[in-house]
Amino acid sequence: MKINMQRSNAPVFWLLFGAGGMLSALVGPMLVFITGIAVPLGLLLSKDSLSYPHVLAFTHSWIGAAFLFAVVVLFFWHAGHRIFHSLHDLGIHTGVVAKLFCYGLPLIATLITVYALVSIKYF
Amino acid sequence: MTVPVSSGRRPYTRSMQGWWRRNTFYIEYMIHEGTAVFVAAYALVLLVGLVRLSQGQAAWDAWLQALRSPLSIVFHVITLVAISYHTWTWFHIMPRTLPPILIKGKRMSAAAITRSGLAASAILSIILFVLVWGLWT
Repeated sequence: MKINMQRSNAPVFWLLFGAGGMLSALVGPMLVFITGIAVPLGLLLSKDSLSYPHVLAFTHSWIGAAFLFAVVVLFFWHAGHRIFHSLHDLGIHTGVVAKLFCYGLPLIATLITVYALVSIKYF
Repeated sequence: MTVPVSSGRRPYTRSMQGWWRRNTFYIEYMIHEGTAVFVAAYALVLLVGLVRLSQGQAAWDAWLQALRSPLSIVFHVITLVAISYHTWTWFHIMPRTLPPILIKGKRMSAAAITRSGLAASAILSIILFVLVWGLWT
């Protein structure tokens, strides 16, 4: 009898989904409020809060870079995994195409995030 | 019993069209799954911001300027509602996705898990706001 020893890659994607879901549940609403509403309108926070020197200094710190990396990348993986399964729920079974879209875009986004953060820190 | 392979009849498959609109439980399910679209859209906004930041001050200022457009404000208000709903449902589903948590030999109740999650979100949100307010205002 042949036993299929190939490991499933599902837990990896599920873990990324869970981590992104947790992070977006914890800080998502406040992040959206700060960057998308409060600062652009000068509501409660100064319009200058996200000025170039401030954000550059934040990104140059390891904790700042790690935070931004985690937020952008995990949000993408969370959304991709959830949308992939919702497509299935909606009766859209495009298989490889849906997988390429839902997991390929987060992968590309991850690479762009790394590229942007590295070039901000070192160039 | 054998079924002729080449019979021209196709098996009946029930349509999945609109199944989720037939029951309020399913409607809620699709709405909370749908919040993922807004999580992705917001992540894209931030990703564009990071790329613009790497291109220098002029590019960053243009990104900030774009965030002030009425369209962007409307988008972020809708996204705020959607992601807040994600937070709410995430911590309400959490008791069913976590392994049992034992405290002094007693299992932590579902309500306590949900409350802890929502409290953690509230505390982190306040810390985040105070940091931006205190450091950069």
